[in-house]
Amino acid sequence: MGEEVKLHGTWASPFSCRVIWALKLKGIPYEYIEEDLSNKSSQLLQHNPVHKKIPVLVHGGKATCESMIILEYVEEMWPQNPLLPTHPCERADARFWIKFAEEKQGPAMWTVYRTSGEEQEKAVKDTLEMLRAIEAHGLVDKKYFGGDKIGIVDIAFGQIAQWLGVIEDIVGVKLLEAHKFPRLHAWIKNFKEVPIIKENLPDRDEMMVLFKHFREMLLTSSRDS
Amino acid sequence: MAEENKVSLHGFFASPYVRRVELALKFKGIPYEYVEEDLKNKSSLLLKYNPVHKKVPVLVHNGKPIVESLVILEYIDETWKNGPQFLPEDPYKRAQIRFWASFVHQQVFQNMVLILKTDGEAQEKAVKEVSEKLSLLEEGIKSIFPEGIPIIDQENVGLLDIVIVSTFSSYKALKEVLGLELIDLEKTSPLLFSRLKALLELPVVEGALPPHEKVVGALKFMRQNALNSASV
Repeated sequence: MGEEVKLHGTWASPFSCRVIWALKLKGIPYEYIEEDLSNKSSQLLQHNPVHKKIPVLVHGGKATCESMIILEYVEEMWPQNPLLPTHPCERADARFWIKFAEEKQGPAMWTVYRTSGEEQEKAVKDTLEMLRAIEAHGLVDKKYFGGDKIGIVDIAFGQIAQWLGVIEDIVGVKLLEAHKFPRLHAWIKNFKEVPIIKENLPDRDEMMVLFKHFREMLLTSSRDS
Repeated sequence: MAEENKVSLHGFFASPYVRRVELALKFKGIPYEYVEEDLKNKSSLLLKYNPVHKKVPVLVHNGKPIVESLVILEYIDETWKNGPQFLPEDPYKRAQIRFWASFVHQQVFQNMVLILKTDGEAQEKAVKEVSEKLSLLEEGIKSIFPEGIPIIDQENVGLLDIVIVSTFSSYKALKEVLGLELIDLEKTSPLLFSRLKALLELPVVEGALPPHEKVVGALKFMRQNALNSASV
């Protein structure tokens, strides 16, 4: 319990932020290491030899990878301010939405960002379908996905609260229109007002610069390849 | 009393995802009603229980649906404390098992499906991916069991075992459908292969797997369908 906690991350990564939010919500002290993804530290490569990605949480020298797996680990090691419900049925429901965020909503959204033309059009359609599913089934009669307080699913969908808006502005496509997604729109507002979240969102203007730059590089290299 | 703990499973015989849930239920000795779905004509119950994905498996426990095979496995483990515990107690070991189960589920299995559904260059690419992932998995298994893998029996199967058996049990059928062995599991992944072999010999597993010919038929159908629609 008293062992050192270190987090390898990058400031603009939604996956990195998920872990920061969880650690701060539980009041867990940690050392943060900002990684340069064009020059990954030897520690990162040693701790995550399979994917070589951030975030990586190192606790007592042992490394855990994949943001949502890290969150379940954090939840089990530090049960205060629980992020998961207690009843198995509700836990299964939460894990369903985590999977949805990881396998469907997230990848679709980032494909919109990384592509152009026909591929992007398809990704836009996919993303809208995912958002509709969340709107229709995820937030019925609830302020947050976690109920009255934010929980693990809110953290999983955190990308929608800030990163989706940045992607929309950069590619010039409005995906989350308020009148079509009233529940999600309200959720974004409520989520961003939670003090820990508000204080730990990367700066939007800086994100715009960074993600614009990355997108240009991505599109140039895919044209050249 | 008869309504309490009523468990039913909506599935499709050839689905490895459904197989995972069946194995979990059988390992825990949980009685259940099985409902075979016609995937071309899904029941209204299935569509009600899984409105987001409209897919099998769906576990229904006392009227409440649980979906997504790995989510169902953790639900079963948390709800029924008898029989083997699919996840260990220690949070770090749990994280390792979840990591590798997700790895097999997302990285290995998806590429195995591509091997079945494609040919030529696309298939070669998928074979290469699977080979790379299997090497990583082999290292992963070593890291989970640094003191060597314990002998398997029906009381100590885990989540990763269930995922391994459901993912790889059809490798012989796949070889038959493709007409050749694109990946020699025994040579490239000895630890995985020996674990798989031990799992396949467990009575519960033997009883839960569909007959070889049926699997071959289903895989042949899937391959034909995929190649036909790709050439359109």
